[in-house]
Amino acid sequence: MSLAAPLLEMRGITKQFPGVLANDAVDFNLETGEVHTLLGENGAGKSTLMKILYGMYRPDAGEVLLRGERVTIDSPSAAIECGIGMIHQHFMLVPPLTVTENVALGLQSSRRPLTDLPTVANRIRELSETYGLRVNPDTPIWQLAVGERQRVEILKALYREATVLVMDEPTAVLTPQEVDELIVVLRRMAADGRGLVFISHKLHEVMAVSDRITVLRDGRVAGETTPATTDRSELARLMVGRPVQMVPDRPDVQLGEPLIEVGDLHVLSDRGDEAVAGMSFKVRAGEILGLAGVSGNGQSELAQAIAGLRPTQEGSVRIDGRDVTGEHPRRVRDAGLSYVPEERMRDGVIGMFSVAENLVLLNQGTEFSRRGFLRLGAIREHCRDLVERFAVKTPNIDVPTSNLSGGNIQKLILARELSAEPKVILAAQPTRGVDVGAAEYIHSRLVAQKSAGCAVVLISEDLDEVLALSDRIAVMYEGRMMGVLDRAEATVERLGLWMAGVASGAA
Amino acid sequence: MIAGLAIVDVATVEVFAQARSGWSGFFTLATLVATVAAAIRLATPYLIAAVGESVGQRSGVLNLGVDGVMLLGAFGAYYTTVETGQPWYGLLVGLGIGMVMGLVYAFITVTLHAEQGISGIGIYLFGLGFSDLLFRQLVGTPRPILGFDGIFDFTLPEGRLEIEYPDLYNHSLVIYLAFLLVPAVTLLVNRTTFGLNIRAVGETPQAADSLGVSVARTRYGTILIGNTLAGAAGAVLALEKGIFIQNMTNGMGFIAVALVYFGAWRPLGVLAGSLLFSLVTAAVLQWKTLGILSGAAAQLTEMAPAAVTIIALVVVTHRIGAPAALTRPFRRGAEH
Repeated sequence: MSLAAPLLEMRGITKQFPGVLANDAVDFNLETGEVHTLLGENGAGKSTLMKILYGMYRPDAGEVLLRGERVTIDSPSAAIECGIGMIHQHFMLVPPLTVTENVALGLQSSRRPLTDLPTVANRIRELSETYGLRVNPDTPIWQLAVGERQRVEILKALYREATVLVMDEPTAVLTPQEVDELIVVLRRMAADGRGLVFISHKLHEVMAVSDRITVLRDGRVAGETTPATTDRSELARLMVGRPVQMVPDRPDVQLGEPLIEVGDLHVLSDRGDEAVAGMSFKVRAGEILGLAGVSGNGQSELAQAIAGLRPTQEGSVRIDGRDVTGEHPRRVRDAGLSYVPEERMRDGVIGMFSVAENLVLLNQGTEFSRRGFLRLGAIREHCRDLVERFAVKTPNIDVPTSNLSGGNIQKLILARELSAEPKVILAAQPTRGVDVGAAEYIHSRLVAQKSAGCAVVLISEDLDEVLALSDRIAVMYEGRMMGVLDRAEATVERLGLWMAGVASGAA
Repeated sequence: MIAGLAIVDVATVEVFAQARSGWSGFFTLATLVATVAAAIRLATPYLIAAVGESVGQRSGVLNLGVDGVMLLGAFGAYYTTVETGQPWYGLLVGLGIGMVMGLVYAFITVTLHAEQGISGIGIYLFGLGFSDLLFRQLVGTPRPILGFDGIFDFTLPEGRLEIEYPDLYNHSLVIYLAFLLVPAVTLLVNRTTFGLNIRAVGETPQAADSLGVSVARTRYGTILIGNTLAGAAGAVLALEKGIFIQNMTNGMGFIAVALVYFGAWRPLGVLAGSLLFSLVTAAVLQWKTLGILSGAAAQLTEMAPAAVTIIALVVVTHRIGAPAALTRPFRRGAEH
């Protein structure tokens, strides 16, 4: 073992999936004490590379070396034994079990066959103390907030003495302040002799946290750099392979009448508690209202209630002057609402239906049917036109929609919704999980609708997106509106405090 | 159903016959005690099968084949006892058959990722048909067998210890063992590392897998436990009744699956459900014997246990959710 050998080295990793070369001879290495960012679009191969490292996939070619020694990692338990820890984007926690039980899962117990939870709980307390990861070991996971759940994930890896720690998009669910706290924790963990792989596509965080940055594109390494020698637009160019317009041009638009008015709306969640607790806002023609907030603060329920997909308890929704509170979704649409749902595969399209079928889902009883029969010719013509105008990348309009990428499915939904010539657009997390190129396109489309005199409600947990597009920005916290700011007054710090539930009076 | 129960409860019926008829006859201490005693005996096969099934379901595996496995276990136990005269051998054979069926079911649902509902129905139909086939080929005409003795029959010399209402206590050892399954399985699920694995695998198998817990091994384990107990439940049924007849379970295995839901996946809840179901069954039998119910009314009331269970089921399952991964096969890397 040579001293010069890096903590982790992945050489020539190649992984072929049916139809996709996910990793093509990827080299990646990690030094002790370093935070090394893996940057790339969805589908660039970041997750595949890390799943190979964690033993969830077997590579077709290539090798993994730890401190210069070749290792075979064929299962997550082998990875754990090698000292590799992974914090998955979708938390790997068991909601009904306590923090301690989640940490103890899979570990040898000192009192076999019985569990030894008190010992585990004590060690958790020590670790939380050392790294400032506050959490009560006896609380069941389902009672924890998202930020706390992430601490549990980190504690799981620390408990297993991971020296290589992979964090897959750890900031996606955090408020800006929580992100700052996390960066401090990451730094401390790296300083204690670990190597951290940080996966993200949020460029300002990448610039803040990384020692080194490797950019993946289409399964290959597109470049390696450091924050000191690059900037955000350079990173975006490496990711996409062409220059990207980070902030869309925002034309000045004369504001018109309010097209959507929400008054003191109260909505229950599936669990029966009040998810939306009295929301009121108006959006005028030509205006984009950004609704920021950490997900799970009532945004989903608010959107569903406005679209008529969830009953309202109190309050009213008016679209273009018409009261549509509690109306059937069809009536709400007829009043002029178009809805881009958050769960696009569940609420936005029918995966098994073809692209064409999904594009005309809304057009029942229109020119596309006669006496209950579909007019296939007219439908095909209309759909070919939409696919072209909205740049949906699909082999043809007859393939099942589930075959398309997330970004193209979102463009398809946008094509359908905007072709209805709406007065109000309600877009929930429109670019979540969508690649940078498609996101850029979706942003430009929303801005174009504003110019055309639509009122746009943009619900997003991506502060950069909200700041770039909105005329006014509101923050939702625990079902309430923390406040509204004009674009000129809005800062990340101020919005961040609201997202954490801190009222501005205290600041 | 009538034929099955009539044979089971020869002993109970005798007690009833001595009692006075009508409602006044039912509300005497002796009759009520006899009803409870009968309920305890009736509850045992349900309890064993349902506690076993609860283990499988906690790990995310639904087994609708319980009834079929019970029938195979019942036949195995009956035939062994006919041949050897040893009910304990019969019980062991019942356990063994359950274990073999468990391996088959685990292979189908875990290794081959088959849809659990349909696979379970397949196991049920196999058990139903194959137990009958074996019975016809190997036995033909039913011969009664002697099951287990009550535990107080020999150990307590007459008159040394006064036992009031011996029917309440004087069950065979297996019935006591069956009730001991409740604390045993509670301990297994809540206090052991295997139990922690079971609960994790039944809720979020991806999480368990990411920590190196083998989802497949855990589910093989729980399926083996569940099916072995289903085999045992069938064996106990045959040994307590002292006979095997075609389809003698009459859907008991399906009731056992319902009782797991009723008991909210907790052994103690399953126990409560089994006792409730059996008490209603025993009471209805009693009423018929006492002539309180007759004709069509009696036929209708035979549905009472099922109806009570379903009503309770609706009330209970609204409050407590099933294991999140119940009936979902697990594949590493597949998104949910």
